[in-house]
Amino acid sequence: MNRLIILYFVLAITIPAQAFAKIIKVGKGQTIAVIQQGIDMAVTGDTILVSEGIYRQGNIVINKSIVLKGVNHPVLDGEKNYELLSVKSPNVTVDGFLIRNSGHSSMTDIAGIKIYNTHHVTVINNILEDNFFGIYAQQGTHCVIQNNQVTAYAKATQLSGNGIHCWKSDSMHISGNSITGHRDGIYLEFATHSLIEKNTVQKNNRYGLHFMFSHNNTYTNNVFRNNGAGVAVMYTRNVTMKNNRFEDNWGDAAYGLLLKEISDSDIEGNYFEKNTSGIYMDGSSRIEMRKNVFKDNGWAIKMQASCMDIKLEKNNFINNTFDMGTNGSLVLNTFKNNYWDKYEGYDLNKDKIGDIPYRPVSMYSMIIEQMPPAMMLFRSFITTLLDKTEKLLPSLTPENLKDDYPLMKPLAL
Amino acid sequence: MIKIIKYVIADILRNKIVIAYTAFLLLMSLSVFNLEDNSSKGLLSLLNIILLIVPLVSIVFSTIYIYNSSEFIELLVSQPLKRKTIWLSLFSGLAASLSLSFFIGAGIPILLYQASPTGIMMLITGLFLSVIFVSIAILASVTTRDKAKGIGKVILLWLYFSILFDGLVLFLLFQFADYPLEKAMVAVSAFNPIDLSRILILLQMDVSALMGYTGAIFRNFFGTQAGVILAICVLLLWMIAPLWLSLRRFTTKDL
Amino acid sequence: MIITSNVSKKFGKLKALDNVSVKCDKGECIALIGPNGSGKTTLVKTILGMVVPDSGFITFNGKNILHDWEYRKDIGYMPQIGRYPDNMTIGQVLDMMRDIRHSKNITPDDELIEAFGLNTLMQKRMSTLSGGTRQKVSASLAFLFNPSVLILDEPTAGLDPLASGILKEKIIAEKEKGKLILITSHVLSELDDLITQVIYMQEGKLRFHKNIEALRADTGQTQLTRAIASIMTN
Repeated sequence: MNRLIILYFVLAITIPAQAFAKIIKVGKGQTIAVIQQGIDMAVTGDTILVSEGIYRQGNIVINKSIVLKGVNHPVLDGEKNYELLSVKSPNVTVDGFLIRNSGHSSMTDIAGIKIYNTHHVTVINNILEDNFFGIYAQQGTHCVIQNNQVTAYAKATQLSGNGIHCWKSDSMHISGNSITGHRDGIYLEFATHSLIEKNTVQKNNRYGLHFMFSHNNTYTNNVFRNNGAGVAVMYTRNVTMKNNRFEDNWGDAAYGLLLKEISDSDIEGNYFEKNTSGIYMDGSSRIEMRKNVFKDNGWAIKMQASCMDIKLEKNNFINNTFDMGTNGSLVLNTFKNNYWDKYEGYDLNKDKIGDIPYRPVSMYSMIIEQMPPAMMLFRSFITTLLDKTEKLLPSLTPENLKDDYPLMKPLAL
Repeated sequence: MIKIIKYVIADILRNKIVIAYTAFLLLMSLSVFNLEDNSSKGLLSLLNIILLIVPLVSIVFSTIYIYNSSEFIELLVSQPLKRKTIWLSLFSGLAASLSLSFFIGAGIPILLYQASPTGIMMLITGLFLSVIFVSIAILASVTTRDKAKGIGKVILLWLYFSILFDGLVLFLLFQFADYPLEKAMVAVSAFNPIDLSRILILLQMDVSALMGYTGAIFRNFFGTQAGVILAICVLLLWMIAPLWLSLRRFTTKDL
Repeated sequence: MIITSNVSKKFGKLKALDNVSVKCDKGECIALIGPNGSGKTTLVKTILGMVVPDSGFITFNGKNILHDWEYRKDIGYMPQIGRYPDNMTIGQVLDMMRDIRHSKNITPDDELIEAFGLNTLMQKRMSTLSGGTRQKVSASLAFLFNPSVLILDEPTAGLDPLASGILKEKIIAEKEKGKLILITSHVLSELDDLITQVIYMQEGKLRFHKNIEALRADTGQTQLTRAIASIMTN
């Protein structure tokens, strides 16, 4: 019933416009060969259909509320010189293009598709190849960026921009994109109230996802895999990260997820696998981490002593080299009801909770923190001995960093 | 040479200690794989067995065997045989039978339960360590006439390679903590076959952790094909060098 | 057949052999005697190549034995103490030796194996054998390949009188075939009817090397024991 009412309203609003809306065909084999000409001819609400073919027509500016639609992915080639689509009007849809070879510049941020100070722009089903920036929203609001494939091939970070870049934007919806080979896969700065979901971000040179000062955003069901330095989120509050996968982020300064100065956030149901560090936290506070899985990481979590009020509950820690690393002895965080596969305690009262606390920071991880070359001796008899002694008589490891109620069996996550 | 080797192997394989060793390894590896909830944890438990027990049994057993065979060796020397043949036969017999024990006791369970790169690397290094410590054992026993002294010597050697060396390295690391020692550590590891084996296993087992920090240097070195080949060459050298020295000593030794 | 020329060997400060020159010919049965530590065993070992002399040299059939090993196929050696790998059976020890010394020119001589009754013990492991049985194995091995030289170190020690008798018969039979037999022994009386020559050593030095007749004539004693005793008292 509700749907019918909505449909009615939608029709009521759009039909008057539709009544006058026309379809303009441009491109190869059409009377109008130049796309910009078609746009100039169009009025609000028109649809411009671009035929299949390769277009080397420089910069195209969309300054009307129109739909620009490609048939069979026509190619817009910027010849390494131009910004291809500049959207300067609200209610624009760009659909179904292959956009490639934008210009490069160290002065301005040239993009395949750039949205300038406007709202309700939809960028959908496009393929972007080898552009400086892929899709760039500059002060955009309520924009939808969906199902685009964004790929770049630059080797060096400075020669490549970001895949999807939002600056001073609000209420963005970025979903179902796949981004590869850019500097940062998705970059948000001063972007708020946005939803980032179901994107696959891999093999970017720097961060898969990178945001700063971008409050109140939600990230769900994304995959961040094998990016140069993983995912970095900084100086932000009210972040919700759910059901994402952070995988194969390997390297000295690579993290599944780097949290720097993050507060009041939820990290739930995520999967961290085969990262050098699953999560690295610095200066973060009031974060709740629940139902995450940490598997096969070097360090599941590195929590610097500058973190406080972190709640770590009901997570699974499986087959990590080190469950946790830290750099100090001050602990103002709580750990409860996690499953640690390294736990060697017992459960006499059969309540499925271990009777003695688990200390996730091993002595040797503290030593390695201070003296990285000592990694060479890891798992040797002498270091195992040191660890066992430390378990009995903690001296180096923080006294309070412990899970008093460790689970005996892993959670079904 | 084959003539002698086959009889030596047949003799050693029926030795009670070797049978017990095989059974122990088999029992340990089966229980480790069956009791731990995931088999990669099982591998971890097996790691210490391989790095401690295998060298210990190989070195002590071989030493005792050589001493107990002294009259037999004399008899062989009185036969029309080159000394080189006799010595290499004894070495090969010991190395082959201890490797076989290890393969049956630990190798087969690994292949059954955890035929992962980590498991395979453990199997390979375990075999290497078996042979290396036979080699060290025969060098120790040919240079020491007294049996008790010889056994004491090899136990000390084992202690050195499996514990003291690492302690010493750790101590030096603390002493020179301000210097970049990563590259030096790669070189240092070549001086201890147990450490080298452990690092090779570590590179498979803790690959994520080794991606960071010093690990990257190890990874860059040992992780490449050239690095692995070099590491294998160093292990081979650990096999051949003591054997060669012992051979030189044995061919001129007064029995 | 075997000639040692000015052979000397020192173990640390101990002079085990001091300028020893002897010449052993075929067809002889030579007793190598002397008190404990006189260098008998060392001399035997230098001949077998187990000990390399510090100076002097040894020839076997005219060839220097240094760095040679093939000459040993003409030698049968019976050690004083025969110890074999614990888990080998008698059969395996014999098989191994046959494998090592296998050659077309040799007709194996199983006489002693049969005489000692080892045939029935082939499956027994060496570790389960008595010292006497091990000696029987050692003796059998020494004669097995029909070598032209036999070196027997204390051959009758540990053997029961019956076995001892069998071995003596065998030694005499081999001597008759023109072989050189070198025996070291303490129990001199047992050697009386075998010996043709005596080498006497003391403190690493060769005291004398004489035909038994000459020795008897010199000392006026018919029995070897007495003859030696009379030399030692002089």
